[in-house]
Amino acid sequence: MPGKDMKLKPGAVIDEPGSSTKTKTGEWRTLKPVVDKKKCIKCGLCWLYCPDACIKIKKDGADIDYDHCKGCGICARHCPVKAIKMVREENGKSN
Amino acid sequence: MIQGLPEEELFASGHRACAGCGAAIAMRHILKAAGKNVIVVNATGCIEVVSTPYPLTTWKVPYIHVAFENAGAVASGISEALKRQGRKEKVLAIAGDGGTFDIGFQALSGMIERGHDVCYVCYDNGAYENTGIQRSGATPKYAWTTTTPVGKVKHGDERWKKPMPLIVAMHRNCYVATASVGFPQDLYAKVKKGLDFKGPAYVQVFTPCVPGWKIGSDMTIEVCKKAYYAKVTPLYEIENGILRFSMKPEQFIPVEEYLKLQGRFKHLSKKEIKEIQEHVDREWDRLCGLEGKKIF
Repeated sequence: MPGKDMKLKPGAVIDEPGSSTKTKTGEWRTLKPVVDKKKCIKCGLCWLYCPDACIKIKKDGADIDYDHCKGCGICARHCPVKAIKMVREENGKSN
Repeated sequence: MIQGLPEEELFASGHRACAGCGAAIAMRHILKAAGKNVIVVNATGCIEVVSTPYPLTTWKVPYIHVAFENAGAVASGISEALKRQGRKEKVLAIAGDGGTFDIGFQALSGMIERGHDVCYVCYDNGAYENTGIQRSGATPKYAWTTTTPVGKVKHGDERWKKPMPLIVAMHRNCYVATASVGFPQDLYAKVKKGLDFKGPAYVQVFTPCVPGWKIGSDMTIEVCKKAYYAKVTPLYEIENGILRFSMKPEQFIPVEEYLKLQGRFKHLSKKEIKEIQEHVDREWDRLCGLEGKKIF
């Protein structure tokens, strides 16, 4: 995040693509999606509908980037095999 | 490829869109369709506000933010400059419904009329959502917004949504398509087609807004599916003047099932729901009447 010593570039140009990943929007979350990798069939529907590009489909199943996931719950609602559960953030340490 | 779409994300994480934002899902898939060889011109609106908190950016492609009213004009200029320089980059203009239906309309109309090689995508969330949910030309009738309140005298918005895709199509010599973020593969194909089209293209994407429509953050896609089956969002394209449905539900549901998911419609009376149903049916029949015909 910018500090006091931040220098403005001419034309307010931003020259670092995709730098918003520095903001950890995962802090907004109250409900946390937890994937049961045994149930996951790697169909990619959660990946398709994620507004925050937080899900990767890895070899062992869907993998969630908790630094940026805002906990909207779309992935859990649309998982065809109910492999994703939304749990309260403070109880979500199982993953 | 996952679900028929490329894996690479050109719309990064960490943007400030609300949890469950429909427009943010749309941006991911629009950029997947555009690829890296594109210049994005973005009018003021939700997506501009949430994706470019200075000095950070969510975009991984060249991007310029312009005022509310001139995305069409700036995109026209960039397209002509690229042509003069013999460059092959595509130009993608992105604006919300306020920046398209209302404020940016004349710049868009000029862009289409002059025939610039630009694909213009409007993400339609049906109001000025990020400034506090004020009504726009895209707000459906009877929807609550902060400027069309619900009380004893007024019952939400008083006018039907502007039929923007058909208005754009009547400029002639353009590609026009409607899409919904509930069907990303269809959206992807249409944006790709719009960018490949030699000349102006207009793609309008239906993107639910969690706070503005008063829906749960996990309901975004559900609302899109209900809207599709209730005939609220017909998915069609107009290519070479011929209107064709890209997807058509085999069975319909009553419009009430779509309306009752949203807090912005919770005040509706039976009579008003019936009026909306009749309007939706009439508009659907009008489109079906045009299907397969040359409309320009």
